[in-house]
Amino acid sequence: MADLHPDNPYQKDRFPDPSKKVEFRPEAKERFEWILTRYPTREAALLPTLHLAQEEWGWISPETVHYVGSLLGLSPATVFGVVSFYNMYNQKPVGKYHLQVCTNLSCMVTRAYDIYEHLCDKLGVEPGQTTRDGRFTVGEVECLGSCDTAPVVQVNHDYHENMSLEKMDELLTKLK
Amino acid sequence: MDPIKILTANIDKPNSTSIDVYLEGGGYEAARQALQMARDDVIQLVKDSELRGRGGAGFPTGTKWGFVPKNAPRPTYLLCNADEAEPGTFKDRVIIEKDPHLLIEGMIIAAWAVGSNPMAYIYIRGEFHYGSTVLNKAVAEAQARGFLGRNIFGSGFDFDITVHRGAGAYICGEETGLIESLEGHRGEPRVKPPFPAVVGVFGGPTVVQNVETLACVPFIVSKGAEWFKSFGTPRNTGPKLYCVSGRVKRPGVYEFPMGVNLKELIYDHCGGITGNRQLKAVIPGGASAPMLRPEEIDLPLNFDALMKAGSMLGSAGIIVLDETVCIVDAVWRLSKFFAHESCGQCTPCREGTNWLESILDRIERGEGRPQDADLLLDMSDNIGGKSLCALGDAAIGPVISSVQKFRDEYLHHVSHKSCLPGTTRYRRLDMPVAAH
Repeated sequence: MADLHPDNPYQKDRFPDPSKKVEFRPEAKERFEWILTRYPTREAALLPTLHLAQEEWGWISPETVHYVGSLLGLSPATVFGVVSFYNMYNQKPVGKYHLQVCTNLSCMVTRAYDIYEHLCDKLGVEPGQTTRDGRFTVGEVECLGSCDTAPVVQVNHDYHENMSLEKMDELLTKLK
Repeated sequence: MDPIKILTANIDKPNSTSIDVYLEGGGYEAARQALQMARDDVIQLVKDSELRGRGGAGFPTGTKWGFVPKNAPRPTYLLCNADEAEPGTFKDRVIIEKDPHLLIEGMIIAAWAVGSNPMAYIYIRGEFHYGSTVLNKAVAEAQARGFLGRNIFGSGFDFDITVHRGAGAYICGEETGLIESLEGHRGEPRVKPPFPAVVGVFGGPTVVQNVETLACVPFIVSKGAEWFKSFGTPRNTGPKLYCVSGRVKRPGVYEFPMGVNLKELIYDHCGGITGNRQLKAVIPGGASAPMLRPEEIDLPLNFDALMKAGSMLGSAGIIVLDETVCIVDAVWRLSKFFAHESCGQCTPCREGTNWLESILDRIERGEGRPQDADLLLDMSDNIGGKSLCALGDAAIGPVISSVQKFRDEYLHHVSHKSCLPGTTRYRRLDMPVAAH
C-alpha cells in the first residue's frame, strides 16, 4: 500500500486483522449484558460498551470496532464514527500512564504549559506520543472541571491537582 | 453579602456521600412529601419559586416542566446534565462528588412532576470517573433503601437512575447533543424545533436539567417557594454556586444568594488578585461569556444584571485575569478550545472557530496584520446565530468582547510584533499544536 497521510483513516493498520480475535472475558460480558438492560435500544449501549472495551484492552483497535459493532448490531462505520468523535476513546495504544495536562485558560494562567512542555522535554516525546518503554503518553486536554485547583494533570482516571514542576517530577518517579 | 450553606450544607460533613449522613440531615423527606402531592402542584411550586436553570441559559425550570405533554405516545424521560465542561466551571462536581444523594432526591421529585418513565439518566462527563463511581454507589444505596426501583417510598411510582458516562466532548453539554450522545450517536446537536420537551431522547418528551438546578428542587419542596424567593431578587432567586478561578488568591466554589456583587466576591471573599496585582479582565460565566473590564465589575451576579452588562451569568464560572495576562493569548486559548470542540456539523462554526484560532495565533506570534482586529469582528459576525446550536455564539463571546475592550493590546501586537510590556505569554510558540 502506498504511503498515506498520517491523518488518513484508511491506514493499513486500521483494517481489522482476522488473526487477532477479540472477545470480552466472562466478567466483562456479564457487565455488557447488564448495560443492555439499562437502555431501551441496543444502540444506546454503545458508549458504555466502548468504555468497557477500553478498560479491557486500553484502546479501541479496528478489531474492537468490529467486535463491538457485532455485539450491538451496528456497522463498523457507525462505531468508528462514534469512536473518532469522542476524545476519550484512544484510537492508538497508549502508555501505562496517560498523562493529560489541562491547558485551558484557568490552568494556563497558573502555568500549565510549563508542566506540559517540561513533560514533553523530560520524557523526550512530542504531544500525543508514547515513550519507547511504553510507560507514558503525554497529551494536552481541554478543561477538566477542576479550575480552582489549577493546574491539573489527569493520570489515567485520576486528577492530580495544584500541580507544579516539582510535584510533577515527584509524581513521575512514583509512576513505575 | 455573607456566604450561605444550603446546596453545600453537607459537603464538609465526614463521609458526606453516604446515605446515612444524608438521612440524618433530613434527606429524602422532600421526595417523600412530593410523591404525595399532585404532579401539577409540584410543577406550580417550582414555577412559584422562580427557579431558573443553572446550566447556562437560565430558563425557568417550572415552565420547562410544564411544556411536557400529558399524553405523549412515547414515554417521558428525565435527563440530568452532569456534563460539566464549560471552562471555568466546577460547581456540579462538588455536588456530584460530595453530596450525590441531594441530586438523586432532586431527580426523584423532578421525575414525579414531569411523569417520567421508570428510567432516568445522569449524563456525566467521562473525565469525572471518580464522580461516576460516587454516583453509582449512591444509586445502589438508594435502591437498597427502596428510594429507587419499583414502588419507591411505597407510592406506586417506579423510578430508577442509570449513570451514563460521556467520553470527552463539550458539545454533549448542549441538550440535544446530550440526547444524541445518550442514544449512542456522535454528539451532534439537533435542529430545533421540535424541542426536547416534545420529542427528545428515544423519541419521547424529554426534560434535561443541570445538576445544580435539580439540587435546588428538594429545598423548594421542603421549605416552600417563598423561602426560596427570599434569596436573591425577583426573577433571579435562590441559592447559587459561584466558581472562581484564575489569578485570585483563594479560588474555589462559593455559595451565595443569587446576585452577590462580583467585585465583592473577587476582592473580599476570594482575597483579591494573586500577588496584589491589578485586575485586567473578568470572564463572569464560563468561557462563552463576554469579558468585563475592571470598571464594569461592580454588579450583582445574576442572569438579568449580566445580560444588561452585555455578558451572561452562564454557568457562573468566573475566570479572573490579572494585568500580567496577555489578552490575545488568553482569547487564543479559548478559541482553540471552541475550535477543538465544534462538532463540525455547521460550516460557519466548524470553519469559523478554526479561523478565529489561526488569526489569534498569528497576532500572538507577531505576524498579525493591521486589519486583523476588524477581521475577527467580521468573522464573528458570520458565525454568530448561523449554526444549529449555541457553540458558535459562545466562541465569539470572548473574541468580540476582547477586541472591543482591549483593542489597544491587539494593535500593539501588530505594530510591535510582541506582547504588551508587562504581560506574559504562557506557552512556547515552537510546541507542535495537536490537530483538532
